[in-house]
Amino acid sequence: MNNSAKRTLKYLSLAVFGMFFFSFALVPLYDVFCEVTGLNGKISQSEEGTSYESNTGRDLTIQFVSHNAEQMPWVFKPSEKIMKVKTGKYSNATFFVKNNTDKPMTARAVPSVAPSNANEYLKKLECFCFEEQFLAPGEEALLPVRFIFDSNMPESINNVALSYTIFDITNYNDMEMAHHDGR
Amino acid sequence: MSSVIESHHDDHHHGPAKGLMRWLLTTNHKDIGTLYLWFSFAMFLIGGAMAMVIRAELFQPGMQIVEPEFYNQMLTLHGLIMVFGAVMPAFVGLANWLVPMMVGAPDMALPRLNNLSFWLLPFAFGILLSSLFMEGGAPNFGWTFYAPLSTTYAPPSVTFFIFSVHIMGASSIMGSINVIVTIMNMRAPGMDLMKMPLFVWSWLITAYLLIAVMPVLAGAVTMMLMDIHFGTSFFNAAGGGDPVLFQHIFWFFGHPEVYIMILPAFGIVSHIIETFSRKQLFGYSSMVWAMLSIAILSFVVWAHHMFTVGMPLAAELFFMWATMLIAVPTGVKVFNWVATMFKGSITYETPMLFAISFVVLFTIGGFSGLMLSIVPADFQYHDTYFVVAHFHYVLVPGSIFSIMAAVYYWIPKWTGNMYDERMGRLHFWLSFVGVNVTFFPQHWIGLAGMPRRYPDYALQFADWNMVSTAGAFLFGASQILFLFIVLKTVMGGKKATPQVWEGARGLEWSVESPAPYHTFSTPPKVN
Repeated sequence: MNNSAKRTLKYLSLAVFGMFFFSFALVPLYDVFCEVTGLNGKISQSEEGTSYESNTGRDLTIQFVSHNAEQMPWVFKPSEKIMKVKTGKYSNATFFVKNNTDKPMTARAVPSVAPSNANEYLKKLECFCFEEQFLAPGEEALLPVRFIFDSNMPESINNVALSYTIFDITNYNDMEMAHHDGR
Repeated sequence: MSSVIESHHDDHHHGPAKGLMRWLLTTNHKDIGTLYLWFSFAMFLIGGAMAMVIRAELFQPGMQIVEPEFYNQMLTLHGLIMVFGAVMPAFVGLANWLVPMMVGAPDMALPRLNNLSFWLLPFAFGILLSSLFMEGGAPNFGWTFYAPLSTTYAPPSVTFFIFSVHIMGASSIMGSINVIVTIMNMRAPGMDLMKMPLFVWSWLITAYLLIAVMPVLAGAVTMMLMDIHFGTSFFNAAGGGDPVLFQHIFWFFGHPEVYIMILPAFGIVSHIIETFSRKQLFGYSSMVWAMLSIAILSFVVWAHHMFTVGMPLAAELFFMWATMLIAVPTGVKVFNWVATMFKGSITYETPMLFAISFVVLFTIGGFSGLMLSIVPADFQYHDTYFVVAHFHYVLVPGSIFSIMAAVYYWIPKWTGNMYDERMGRLHFWLSFVGVNVTFFPQHWIGLAGMPRRYPDYALQFADWNMVSTAGAFLFGASQILFLFIVLKTVMGGKKATPQVWEGARGLEWSVESPAPYHTFSTPPKVN
């Protein structure tokens, strides 16, 4: 094989490895993209020191939706299904959860917002979805969410649904721990 | 280089080795091309048998023949085998046979790598097919293997599926590296890039696409593997991952993959139409630029496969317009083919029949693709039989017809014998009628709302499904005839002249028929 063929071979092999790593780079790129566009419910916590409060707010209807991921036995529902709020004012809502099994369990709630363009105006000061939830057998709790809608939100949005899906991550954590311990 | 040429020179006197070891150890591009083509034919028949199981089940509403679980496995394996086992290896086989002869090279640049990239394939598909006999059955999540169906809810055999995708990916990557190194470094003196035959151009572009996206597919299945066995959560929402991410990564591979399966077809059809119109191809350089633009655009349209996952309007508009833009270079190609035929002195031998029907039926598939690119319409068509009809129109009378056309066109060069023209035409007409009877009604039942991937359907779709199944069995049976014609040609027949076809041009027609085991040991002169 002559030198120019060797050079071509080298570049092409590098390109193959480069594209393999690029496929993994797509994972953080995707997260960044979602965060910038506010897609996918991947909202950041409200920035400290920024005030979204204002007195020029308007009325907004919020619907709370809860889902249980498949095989998630907990009772999980919003305390109020519909809430009238004002933009530019903090509001509080709660979700009721109960571990109705006889074993301790850990759960994680994954949020989503519809319509998706409301997402960038929604700021959550506190949300149970930021943390894992642990409940002993039979234990129940009221999980809080404290949020505000920026009053710059377009007039066309009058209805926003905040949806949460709760996942059982008890075994999942064990698996992860076992894996780390194994190393 | 000089040592390589000399060793070939020695071989020249004693020809190929005898027996099985010839095929196991061969580094000859013609032998490897033959192996690829037979392998892909075998996979075509296996994948086709699975299609027959699917269509037989859909002959009538209700469950008759197979269990729904088995139906899902057939659906998944049919897609995987046809894409990765039939269409792609057939094009690699054609590239092996033709690219060195077309550019005036003695062999592929990396002959041992060539042997390895073929012999990986039987293992990859052996592993995939063996999953049918495993506990829990074969992969059942569709050929697109969306997470979490292919991770959280997958049968245990998914690990074998992942391994087999890794192997077939490695095989494709090595094959494409070989093609590029050959084309870039081993062209005969005077064979400038813009003088290369279009099949060579189409494969150069295809090989670059493969190198760009096969590693991404490998990345996707590696992430699945890690999610399933190592506790990561790339695609698991409970652990902070995202199933939609899987679809983005998959289609970032998947859309260029679609063009990997059609660009070599464009090259083949250009040669055949030119030959049987007895005219020079109309618009050679626009053909090259059209293929290049199609290849580049293929990287910015992937999300049109997933309009319904919930994207911002701006993204939907971008992907819609980018998708529609692809119709422009494709239209240029169709225009050029028609312009080549215009006022040509056309004869209708079997390869030409397949090539003309390629132009017509591929264009129908292209138009249904345009309909699907319209976002609001896609919300209606998504995951219906309309999509099934669309991609089968571009793949069966598209890619597969072009492969059959190529086999009829070049088989006299490969075997030294002419095929039986009457039987070839019979095969064409049976396939042509079969393919249209199978897939055209699927447009209608799709528009009427029949969803894809289910083993059962509502009663109002019964009539056209029955027609579709009848067409599928006609198409399937006519491929047995194809096998017979190929075998008959290999065994004997009217001897072919070196040029074979009156209007044929190009270096491969300047050597004897059958092509000697070693061609162009000294490079030919190209004007």
